[in-house]
Amino acid sequence: MSARALLLAGLIGFAAASGGHAFETDETLADPALEARVAVISEDLRCLVCQNQSIADSNADLAKDLRLLVRERLVAGDTNDEVIAFMTARYGDYVLLKPPVKPETYVLWFGPPVLFALGVLVVVLYVRRRRVGSPEVEDAGAVPLSDEERARLARLLDEDPDSA
Amino acid sequence: MSENGAESPPAPPTRTRRFKFLIPALVFLGLATGLGLGLSKDPGVVPSALIDKPVPEFALEPVRGTERGLASEDLRAGAASLVNVFASWCGPCRAEHPLLMKLAEDGTVALFGINYKDRPGDARTWLDQLGDPFERIGADLNGRVGIDWGVYGVPETFLIDATGRIRYKHVGVLTARDLEETILPLLESLRP
Amino acid sequence: MIAEIGHYALILALALAIVQGIVPLIGAQRNDAAWMALARPAVAAQFFFISTAFACLMYAFVVSDFSVSNVANNSHSTKPLLYKFAGVWGNHEGSLVLWVWILAFYGGLVALFGGNLPPALRARVLSIQGLIGVGFLAFILMTSNPFLRLDPAPFDGNDLNPLLQDPGLAFHPPLLYFGYVGFSMAFAFAVAGLIEGRIDATWARWVRPWTLLAWSSLTLGVALGSWWAYYELGWGGFWFWDPVENASFMPWLAGTALLHSAIVCEKRGALKSWTVLLAIIAFSLSLLGTFLVRSGVLTSVHAFATDPARGVFILGFLVLVVGGSLTLYGVRAPNLRSGGLFAPISREGGLLLNNLLLSTACVTVLLGTLYPVFLDVLGGSKVSVGPPYFEMTFIPLALPLLIVTGIGPLLAWKRADLAGALYRLKFAALGALAVIIVVVAVHSFADVMAALGLGAAAWLFLGVVTEIAERLKLFRLSLRDSLARAIGLPRQAWGMSLAHAGVAVLVTGIVATSTWRTEGIQNMRPGDTVALAGYEFTLNEVNFVEGPNYVAQRAEFAVTTDGRAVTLLYPERRRYQVTGQDTTEAGIHTTLLADLYTVIGEPDGSGGYATRIYHNPLVPWIWLGILIMVTGGAVSLTDRRHRVGAPRRARKPAPGARPQEG
Repeated sequence: MSARALLLAGLIGFAAASGGHAFETDETLADPALEARVAVISEDLRCLVCQNQSIADSNADLAKDLRLLVRERLVAGDTNDEVIAFMTARYGDYVLLKPPVKPETYVLWFGPPVLFALGVLVVVLYVRRRRVGSPEVEDAGAVPLSDEERARLARLLDEDPDSA
Repeated sequence: MSENGAESPPAPPTRTRRFKFLIPALVFLGLATGLGLGLSKDPGVVPSALIDKPVPEFALEPVRGTERGLASEDLRAGAASLVNVFASWCGPCRAEHPLLMKLAEDGTVALFGINYKDRPGDARTWLDQLGDPFERIGADLNGRVGIDWGVYGVPETFLIDATGRIRYKHVGVLTARDLEETILPLLESLRP
Repeated sequence: MIAEIGHYALILALALAIVQGIVPLIGAQRNDAAWMALARPAVAAQFFFISTAFACLMYAFVVSDFSVSNVANNSHSTKPLLYKFAGVWGNHEGSLVLWVWILAFYGGLVALFGGNLPPALRARVLSIQGLIGVGFLAFILMTSNPFLRLDPAPFDGNDLNPLLQDPGLAFHPPLLYFGYVGFSMAFAFAVAGLIEGRIDATWARWVRPWTLLAWSSLTLGVALGSWWAYYELGWGGFWFWDPVENASFMPWLAGTALLHSAIVCEKRGALKSWTVLLAIIAFSLSLLGTFLVRSGVLTSVHAFATDPARGVFILGFLVLVVGGSLTLYGVRAPNLRSGGLFAPISREGGLLLNNLLLSTACVTVLLGTLYPVFLDVLGGSKVSVGPPYFEMTFIPLALPLLIVTGIGPLLAWKRADLAGALYRLKFAALGALAVIIVVVAVHSFADVMAALGLGAAAWLFLGVVTEIAERLKLFRLSLRDSLARAIGLPRQAWGMSLAHAGVAVLVTGIVATSTWRTEGIQNMRPGDTVALAGYEFTLNEVNFVEGPNYVAQRAEFAVTTDGRAVTLLYPERRRYQVTGQDTTEAGIHTTLLADLYTVIGEPDGSGGYATRIYHNPLVPWIWLGILIMVTGGAVSLTDRRHRVGAPRRARKPAPGARPQEG
């Protein structure tokens, strides 16, 4: 392999592990660990002039400016959270693709588990009411199977697992 | 196909049982109301995070061909002001420019400009063609100061009070109506 | 002239739809056979007129009649013919004509194949179809008329958005709409059943094939959109939780729940009210999707040119249709007699759990998609809900779903032995565990989520295999006997197994590609080589090529591995002259195990080009998995029991049998 190929191969060794990015070739930092953090942070920041893309996925000028800014802050020593705080101080919560957990968004974040729990409750109550052998059924006058019938039934069920 | 097993006795449904079947309809009603109200909103507008906060610290060189640049202390000079973010490559900026010229003529409020990501010289040409309503203009060549202000597009206009706090941000073209209905009344209320 | 014919045809169709919507419904109520019989001819006539209108619009596009404003806005003389056809539905007005055409088509199918249905039910179903058609046709004629003329006509049009000029995108809307509109059938059956006051096995048996057809179509439509995004947008992403994507995913989730719930309803007479509710909800979500895309309430890459006035109309329609049907449900559902008792651990119980998980997932997606609007309306701040939220809330629901789907088919109806079922699944459990251990061992504990996902997929796949092996009594009977059993198995059983296996393959592909894709972004000059994931990519040359309505930069990449040549790839960057827009066409090499994905970007001005190269492991499994799922759906559809139709009342009741309902 030529020297140039080797050089490029070296650069590629620092490939990002996930997501496809719109990073342009003149942006990338030399330090792969920092670049990885850039990728992670950029995927959580919204491109404000695009229709529903992160700054990692967008070609827009503002997206590029923000990516460069993220790199600057990381090089200056900010933690990931500090960079995010930097952005929200200027653009508000709207710039975050993962909405922060605040009283305003409790319904958003806790809604799904609460709804699931409610659903489970409803299902449990429903199934209770329709339980084979429940008192309701007995009262309706269903005649229980005799032992012989039970045995015969068991044999039949055993033969065909798809009984309906 | 016959029903397997015993059917549950056809007892008349209780009131609570009846009610819970109406829950989907009620939930939908809420949803539809929310969506109906949402029709009058613009999902693309990002509200400013800097309202009632002091202007970010900055100092910008003048636009090439002019003399006076813009810095944060100019906005704390003791009078309310309007800061307009513009660029020569921005079409809508042209549309609002006559209004800004008129504002400058009337002298209602101090008008400052931030020239956002323009090539040196382009802004000067543009202002020569259309007129210069600004007392001071800062050249934000790489857009960093704009980001500090929460700018995400041009044009945008900020109303700053006498102590240098951002009071209002207008996104997009400034129209006479916006001035009359929002900005000028706000300006009035800020007067000591 | 042609456009006027089309316009007039739509007006006639509206008149017919009004008749079709009202007369048979009243006829069913009053048991008037003549009025009920009006439904079928009305449907046939409506289909004829809408087809005429559709054909007229298509003609205007194909001959490039720019005096029709819709053609002028969305077409161009140099556009390739395929996109002149597909451009008919690539815009708001035309896509609505497609919608009503498919609606009439489904109505026609019921009219043709609905001989087995009791006349009253058929009349009601067709009426409700008609009423839905009234709404859409009125919407088209009042706010979105595709046949408006421009005077004077321009010399040429504005061209179709270059992103839409792609075969994948040509077929994506029709397939999606066959899905959305297909759910209108289940909806119509649900409402008809509620009006009649009777939901029974007959009803459930009728709902199933329509739902299967709609579901298969929707699955394919969503997949096509996703695949298009993958190869067209240039960085290999395939799902963005964009509001309009979610708008197509929610009916899919509800439709899947409906399919499963209908099984219980048909076989055991239980879960009636759930099934009816799901049928209403699946279609309601389709309508909601229509609203979201065209009203401007949400930002999305997909949104058609938005107009709040249209939004108001659709919302009004939504309130009528959805509000009305849910109110009807609220009033009538409590009276539905339910049969079929079952123990919590049983196939019914498993399907109920499946219902619950899918419904919760659907509500979660709905919540995330609409929350920004609601918060804004209530005066709160603006938040944006993006992929991180959806991933965090959807995955915890998807994992249990995969696990339950593995066990479910092995549970008996009414009362099942869970321990026994789990014992029979021991190989699946071992397989899943093995996968998890291997993944963690090879890739480290950081990838534990991926390991769990792959483990769940393995569990599901091996569970399907186990279930089939059991049905065929593999290794317990001779191979020939097992084969005989295999041939004798009802198609529905094969369909289910295929569909579940497809899900396992799909999940595997998604997990693998999301976790382990690698990318390289660099500047290359002709002659440079880049190494990625065990391959070498050499940029041989970059040429200038011309297409029918674009010019492009086209690169040639030679891909080798270990010195062996693998393939040549030709990514392009196109500029469409009329709109001035650029698109990238990736050069992709697909093998069973991975995609090699190359993109040529901007020149740097000194002979080099920005390039992006990706290695996407197991991405083809995503599309493969979906194809398997859809095949499963199609196979189920061909089950003899659907064609035979609903059973008729027995002549002589078998001794001891209870009299049939319906």
